[in-house]
Formats: sequence, C-alpha cells, structure tokens
Amino acid sequence: MYDPTVARLTYRALLGRRRALILGALPLLLVVIAVAVRGLTGADDQTAVNVLGGFALATMVPIIGVIAGTGAIGPEIDDGSVVYLLSKPVKRPTIIFTKLIVAIGVTMAFSAVPTLIAGLILNGNGQQIAVAYTVAALVASIAYAALFLLLGTVSRHAVVFGLVYALVWEALFGSLVAGARTLSVQQWSLAVAHKVAGGDLVTSDVGLTTATVLLVAVTVLATWYAGQRLRSLTLAGEE
Amino acid sequence: MTTLSLDHVSRWFGNVVAVNDITMTIGPGVTGLLGPNGAGKSTLINMMGGFLAPSTGTVTLDGQPVWRNEEIYKHIGIVPEREAMYDFLTGREFVVANAELHGLDARAAQRALATVEMEYAQDRKIATYSKGMRQRVKMASALVHDPSLLLLDEPFNGMDPRQRMQLMELLRRMGDEGRTVLFSSHILEEVEQLAWHIEVIVAGRHAASGDFRRIRRLMTDRPHRYLVRSSDDRALAAALIADPSTSGIEVDHAEGALRVQAVDFARFTALLPRVAKAHGIRLLTVSPSDESLESVFSYLVAA
Repeated sequence: MYDPTVARLTYRALLGRRRALILGALPLLLVVIAVAVRGLTGADDQTAVNVLGGFALATMVPIIGVIAGTGAIGPEIDDGSVVYLLSKPVKRPTIIFTKLIVAIGVTMAFSAVPTLIAGLILNGNGQQIAVAYTVAALVASIAYAALFLLLGTVSRHAVVFGLVYALVWEALFGSLVAGARTLSVQQWSLAVAHKVAGGDLVTSDVGLTTATVLLVAVTVLATWYAGQRLRSLTLAGEE
Repeated sequence: MTTLSLDHVSRWFGNVVAVNDITMTIGPGVTGLLGPNGAGKSTLINMMGGFLAPSTGTVTLDGQPVWRNEEIYKHIGIVPEREAMYDFLTGREFVVANAELHGLDARAAQRALATVEMEYAQDRKIATYSKGMRQRVKMASALVHDPSLLLLDEPFNGMDPRQRMQLMELLRRMGDEGRTVLFSSHILEEVEQLAWHIEVIVAGRHAASGDFRRIRRLMTDRPHRYLVRSSDDRALAAALIADPSTSGIEVDHAEGALRVQAVDFARFTALLPRVAKAHGIRLLTVSPSDESLESVFSYLVAA
C-alpha cells in the first residue's frame, strides 16, 4: 500500500523551493505571536486558548493542510508529470495512500510541532492546553490532508477551493452558523482536545463520539474516492 | 511479438469528436502516426497508453485491455509530449525513480541512461536540461524496464538536427530488435525517414495506412505549385514551359511573381536553378504555395 519511491518524489516536490517557505512562514508567525503575547501579558490560560484556538487550529492548521494536501498531487496532475507515476505497474490507490501519508506527515510537522512550541511559550502547558491543542492539530492534520488531497485530484483550482473552505467555512461561517460547526474538521479536533485537556477551557460543539466517527469517515471516504479519481484520471493531450 | 490493436475506437469530448471510429493494428517495427496538428494524434496515443478511455471501441495489447490495467505497463514504455518531468531531480534520480517504480534497481536506470547517451549530464538537475536532453532522459525513463511496446508523442519536437538523428537511430534500433515502436509526428519527412509503416490521421479519421512509399507517391503524384520571383519573370517562364516537367505558368501581376505548376517534382526542382543560371536570371523567391501539411493531407484524403 505504501511505495517509498512515490513518497520520496512527493516529499521532494512538497519541501522544495517556494512551497517550503510558505509552509514555514505560518508556523514562524505563530511562534512570534506566542513570544510577543507572553512578553506583553505574561502566562495566561485563556490567552493561550485564544491564540492556539483562534490562530493555530482555526487558521494555520487548515492552511498548512491545503498546501500539503493539494500540493502532494495537484501540481503533478496540472503539469502532466503524474504520467510517470501512472505509467507504472503500481496500483493507483497505492499512489494515493502513499501521498496521503506524506501529506499527513508534512501537515503534522508544520502545524502540530509549532502548536506545541507556541503552547509551551504561552503558558508552559498549564491545564494541558499546549498538549491538547497539539493533539487537536495532529488529528486535524489527518482529516485535512485527506480532504485536500482529494480536492487536488478533483479540481485544477484545488488551492483556491481549499483556502475558501479553510478560511470561509471553518473560520468565518463556522463562527456564525451553528450547523456549519458540526461539519467542521476544526470542531471535531476540538472535541478530541477537550477530552485531553478536561475542564472548560477547551470546548467543542460536537461530542467526542460523533467527532471520532466523522473524522474517520471523512478520512477513509476522501482517500478511497481520491484513489477512484486517479484510476479514471484522463490525461487529455495538448491538442 | 507485441501487437497493439484498436477496434472501432472513437473518442469525443462533449460535442467534439476527436477520434472517429479508428481500427488499426500496430505490430513490431517502427510505425509513424502522421497527421496535421489537431488531427487527434495525441488523443489516440493517450488511449493507446491507457490514459484515456475510448468513448466506444477497445484498445488491447496482445489481447489485454489497456485502460484501467496497471499491469500492462510492464510491457509499455511511454514518452509523453509534455515537458513537465520533476525538474527538481537530476537526470539520474529521475530515471532511478522510474526504475524503482517498475521494481528494478539503479543498474537498470544506468543501462537506460547509457542507451540514450546521457551519462555525461546525469547528475545535473533536469531544470537545466535542453529540450533534446529532456527528450533523451524521458526516453531513458521509458526504456528502463525493457518494454516491448514504445509509444512516443511528437518525440522530435524542438530537437536540433543532430539530436533528431541520434533519436532516429535509437528508434530504428529498437524496431530492428523486434519491439513495437509507434511515434506521432506532423512532419512528413520525419516519418518518411524513420517509419516502415505509416498510419495517417486527418480530422480524427484514419485516412491511410501502409507502406510510406505508397503514401508518398499519392502525395507526390499530384501537381506541385510554386510561387517564383526572379530578375526576369517572363524570360524564366518561357524557358520553364519548354520542359515537360512544367505543366502551366501564370504571370501574377498583383504579386509580381510567377505561379508555376510542376508535374514532376524531382525534375522541376533540378531544372529551375539550371534554367535560371543558363539564362542569366536571378531567382529571388521560390516557395511552394500548397505544401502546407493540411493541403497535402486534404489531397491524400481526396485520393
């Protein structure tokens, strides 16, 4: 199910050149914000929740997910170089699964690790807040990577659609419309974070069971469908 | 022996019919797929390579379906027309990756790189390669698993004459070894130099099939038209019409040129400069006025 060569090609494409800079920018910004906030207000649990929930989990994780998820396959389909993977006796679902693992790894590295660092800076993991949000970022990384990898196989404008989902649906719509919050990767991961942190500082609109079921379902379905998309991917010529 | 068979294959995109009911069999040796730009050659090659499902009909390789059959790629090597190919890798890394995807090791990659004579630049990034070098590395990636069928989409595009000759030699060798090699081109001379067998596609239809000499004769037996400007058009006209290779001449006042119709292509092209020199006439322009590929093909379709 996992092909090391596909993985290597995907890693090098994702972490090469400009994309690595973009991937690194947001985590850096998060750490800078954490240092500034800590310096200005001192250690405060509610502030830590605001920064980690408002910026790290609501904005940074989905954007990293969009870049890593769509970037793991979208550019190859766009420029046609995916033909070198497709013209091999390698099962298409294997290609998708491998790319998913890479996208998850990259999303986790660039979102969960800085979330933990920022959390430790903000309040030194008081009330388990840093760890709770880190777990949430890890969980969200899996679902986002699967969703945006699928998007990369479906649309040539995957990055745009991904950002619209991440910013408009998750960040804006989700805070205004209650129903939207139930269908939000962010809320599902917060449900897991709530379980880790305990108490009332970290809250979610969704119960843990529902959240877990939805996370697993979305990840599995998105990955399966992306495999199907790749099986029937047609490379129209330049004519 | 590897045979690629297309049985009543059509492909349409919305209302546009790109490939229209084509039946052909491609056997060992070098076959040229010839047609003007937009004729449906790439669509056809994409279907042959399993990257596009036929709307109707079937494409099979020795009886095995090509579409949605990953195992078939053990036998097929593909050289796509598009340029993109993991530019951030070196040539060697790229070919090694292709070998690994076939379950082979770096030795297979090294052999393929040697076959296309790219060892000297194998450690440079692909991004720094010229068009011809890219083409050769693509070729190495297609040969790495020693396939019995090789599909190449416009492989000579953008290559300089020396690179073109090298690639032709390589393809000829592949054909001699008994592989089934199919390449597409919109340039008649390319196909003529290389292919033993030609399939002609015009506007999505299978226009002709067979030995290139027969097809070439169909194309050359028709009258050729030339536009000629010289230092003395009328004297040149008088001298040319005296020879049986010229069947008609018109003095085009608006263009300030002669429109010459020649029946014997080879004889006329030898005659013209000789006649001009003998009469002390300078040739200013000699251009074939209907040699555009489309007119050649429309002639062929009418034949």
